[in-house]
Amino acid sequence: MRAVRPSVVTAVAVVAALTAVTGCAEKSDGKGDGAVQVVAKDDSCEVSSKKIPAGHVELAVENKGSKVTEVYVLFPDDRIVTERENIGPGTKARITAEIKAGTYEIACKPGMKGKGIRQTVEVTGGKAAARSPEMDKAVAGYRDYVQAQADETLPKVKVFTDAVAAGDIEAAKKAYADSRIGWERTEPVAESFGDIDPKVDVREDGLEDGQKWTGWHRLEKALWQDEKLGAEEKALAPVLYKDLLDWQKRVGRADITPTSMANGAKELLDEVATGKVTGEEERYSHTDLVDFKANVEGAERSYTLLEPIASKNDAALTATLDKQFAALNTLLDKYRTDKSSYDFTSYDKVGKADRKELSDAVNALAEPLSKLAAAVTK
Amino acid sequence: MTGDTADTGDKGTGGAPAPSRRALLGWGGAGLALGAAAAGGAVAAVRSGEGTEPAVDSGAAVPFHGAHQAGIATAVQDRLHFAAFDVTTGDRAELAALLKEWTRAAERMTAGRAVGEGAYGGAAEAPPDDTGEALGLRPSRLTLTIGFGPSLFARDRFGLEDRRPEALVDLPKFPGDNLDSARSGGDLCVQACADDPQVAVHAIRNLARIGMGRTAIRWSQLGFGKTSSTTPGSQTPRNMMGFKDGTRNISGTDDAALRKHVWAGAKDGAGWMAGGSYLVARRIRMHIETWDRAPLQEQEDIFGRDKGEGAPVGKAKERDEPFLKAMLPTAHVRLAHPDTNDGATILRRGYSFTDGTDGLGRLDAGLFFLAYQRDVRTGFIPVQRSLAASDALNEYIQHVGSAVFAVPPGVRDTDDWWGRALFS
Repeated sequence: MRAVRPSVVTAVAVVAALTAVTGCAEKSDGKGDGAVQVVAKDDSCEVSSKKIPAGHVELAVENKGSKVTEVYVLFPDDRIVTERENIGPGTKARITAEIKAGTYEIACKPGMKGKGIRQTVEVTGGKAAARSPEMDKAVAGYRDYVQAQADETLPKVKVFTDAVAAGDIEAAKKAYADSRIGWERTEPVAESFGDIDPKVDVREDGLEDGQKWTGWHRLEKALWQDEKLGAEEKALAPVLYKDLLDWQKRVGRADITPTSMANGAKELLDEVATGKVTGEEERYSHTDLVDFKANVEGAERSYTLLEPIASKNDAALTATLDKQFAALNTLLDKYRTDKSSYDFTSYDKVGKADRKELSDAVNALAEPLSKLAAAVTK
Repeated sequence: MTGDTADTGDKGTGGAPAPSRRALLGWGGAGLALGAAAAGGAVAAVRSGEGTEPAVDSGAAVPFHGAHQAGIATAVQDRLHFAAFDVTTGDRAELAALLKEWTRAAERMTAGRAVGEGAYGGAAEAPPDDTGEALGLRPSRLTLTIGFGPSLFARDRFGLEDRRPEALVDLPKFPGDNLDSARSGGDLCVQACADDPQVAVHAIRNLARIGMGRTAIRWSQLGFGKTSSTTPGSQTPRNMMGFKDGTRNISGTDDAALRKHVWAGAKDGAGWMAGGSYLVARRIRMHIETWDRAPLQEQEDIFGRDKGEGAPVGKAKERDEPFLKAMLPTAHVRLAHPDTNDGATILRRGYSFTDGTDGLGRLDAGLFFLAYQRDVRTGFIPVQRSLAASDALNEYIQHVGSAVFAVPPGVRDTDDWWGRALFS
C-alpha cells in the first residue's frame, strides 16, 4: 500500500500554473506556446485541439466553472495516463506527460465526481521512442512475469477468502500472507491502475474521509486484533477476490517501459524501506518479512531483465547491484529455516538491532538501484 | 558568536564587516590576509604551519587541506552534526575507495560546493548526486573531520590490527557510566561543524548517502551551542547549566601547546598518525530539572566558579588563575584542572544538545563532550577518573554515550585522501 500515486507507468510531471516556479517563464494565458488548451466548465470540457502530436504533451487547463474540478488523460480502458486534481474555480493548471500515439480521452470532472465530461483525442505521429530489440525483450519478459504473478495469486486468494467467508480464523490466518506474495512482487504495476490498490491493500490510517475500509488489511485486523469474523468481514472476502480478479484481467495491459521497470524496482525497495522495515505494513499479523521478500523478488526480476542493457552502460553499477541483491537475500534467509518456504520469523520477534541491520541492507541496495533507470536509458 | 566575530559585526547577513583591531593584531602575521578576506567575503581562513587561524567571517570557507585536519584547532563553529559509522563492507579496497570518495566530497562541501554533478540539471531519470538543501548557503566555515575507531583495527577485518596506535585505547568503565551501546562506539566518525546547522546536516547526510552499502550510520548527534572556545579573548559560551565551563582551553593558535597536548608526534608510536590527534566523544545527559532546583550557592560550589562572571572561587574575573585549594575538594573545576591530574590537558570542543524531551516530560539535554588530545591515556582518562570518582556534579549528570577515535593527519592536497597513510 502506498500513500502516493506511483510514476511507474508514465513519467508524469504536473505543475500548477499558479505556483511560482523559479526559472519557468510561463505565459500567463498559456496560449501560443504549443500547449493544448482545456477549458473546464460545470457542463462542458472544451479541448482546443483533437489531434495532438505524440511526445511531450502539455495541457493548459483553465477552470471557468463554479466547482472544483479535475482533469484526466485516459487510455481507452480508463487507465490513467496523467491527471490533475483540485483545480479550483477561476484557477489554471498545467499538466505535462509523455504520450505515445493512440486514442485517448480527456475527462473534466466538475465537483471531482463521476466519470466526467469526456472528449476523445487522437495522438499521432511524433517521435516514437527509440526501441531496441533487447528493450522489447525486457519489457515482454516483465509483462509475462506480471501476468503470471496475478494468475498464480488468484487461487491463493481464493483459499484465503473462502476461509474468511467460512469463518475459519485459523485457516484464514494460515492463508493470509501467501495470498499477498504475487501482489507484493508486482505492486507498482498494480498501483498504476489507481482504483485497485485503495480497495485491496489500504491500511486503516490510509483511508480518506468517507472511504470504506476493505481489502486484505481490514481482514488482517479482524483475524489478528479482533480475533473474530463477523458478518461484515465475511461479506468482504468475496469482494477482495472480485477486486483481484479485476487486477488479473487488467494487469497484462499495463503500459510498461524499461524506465518504468527500473523505477518500479526502486519503488518496491521504497515500500520495504518505509513500510516493512518499520513493521507498519503488517502491524497485526507481523508477516512483514513475507512482503519484504516478495518486494525484493519483484525488484530483482525487473533488474535481471534490464541487466543486459544496464551492464553495457554502467558495468560498475550492475556489479554493485548483483552484490547487494545477494547480500540482502542472504540476510533475509536468516529469518527462515527452509529457503524454499515463505515461513519467515514474525516481525514482532525481530529486535531493534536486527531491524537496523535489515534497514542498512535495504539502503545498500536501494541507493544504487535508484541509478538503474538512468543506466537503462543512457 | 564565533571567535572574534564577536568584535567584527553581524554574522549571517552576508555583509563584510571590517575586522577589529584586535582581530588583526591577535592573529599576528595572518592579519593582513584576514583583513583582505573579510573585505572580500571569500575564503577567510589562512592556515600556516602548525597553527590554524580562525575565520573572521562566519559564512566563509575554512581550507580543507593542511598538515592537520580542520575542525580541531579551528575556531569553534556554532553548530555540530557528529556521526559514527559502522563499516558494513568487509572489503578493504572498497573501504579505501569510499574514503577517497568521501575526501573528494568533503573538499567540495567545505568549499561551499555541491557534491558530484550537483543537485539539479543532470539526467532526468536519475536522482541528483547532491541532496540540495545547502544550495544558496555559504560555506559557513564547514569543517569535516574524520576519525577511526578501535573496532576498525580488529583482527580479521581489514588487516589493520598491527597498525592500531597504542594511544587508541578502549576507554575503561568509569564509575557512574550508563552507556547505551546504540549511542556508543563506531568504526568511523565524521565531525561536521559549521555556523549554519543546515550546512552541517547536509554534509553528514551526503557522506552517509555516498557510503550506503559500505557504511551505515550507527548513531549521530546534533549540537546547537558550542560550550568551549579555542579563541582566547572571545566570550566563553555557557553550558546548559548556565555556567562557563570551557574557560581554560587550549588556544587554536598556541602552536606550542597544540604540539605538546593535541597533535600526535612522529615518534609517538604509529607513524601514520603523525600530525593527527585522538578524539573522545561522550554524550553527557544532564538532569536539567533537578539542577534547576539546586540553590545558587550549591551550583557555584559544584563548579567552583561564580555563575555571573565565571570567576574561580575567591577571584574577581573569569580568566583569573584559579586557586584550587579555595574550592571544595569535589568542585568540578578543581578536579578537571591539569594540576589535579598530573598536567593532563585536553582541547575541548563540545556542544550543548537538546533532543526534545524523554517521554517523562524531562528535557533530553546535556553536553556532547568532544575532546582532542595527543594521547588518551595521559589526556581524557586521568581527568575523567578524578571527575568520575569525586565530582559533585555527578549528582546532576550521567554519561550515556562514549566513543574514541584516532583522527589522522590532514589531507595535503587533491591527490591525498583521508586515511591514505593508514591504508597504503
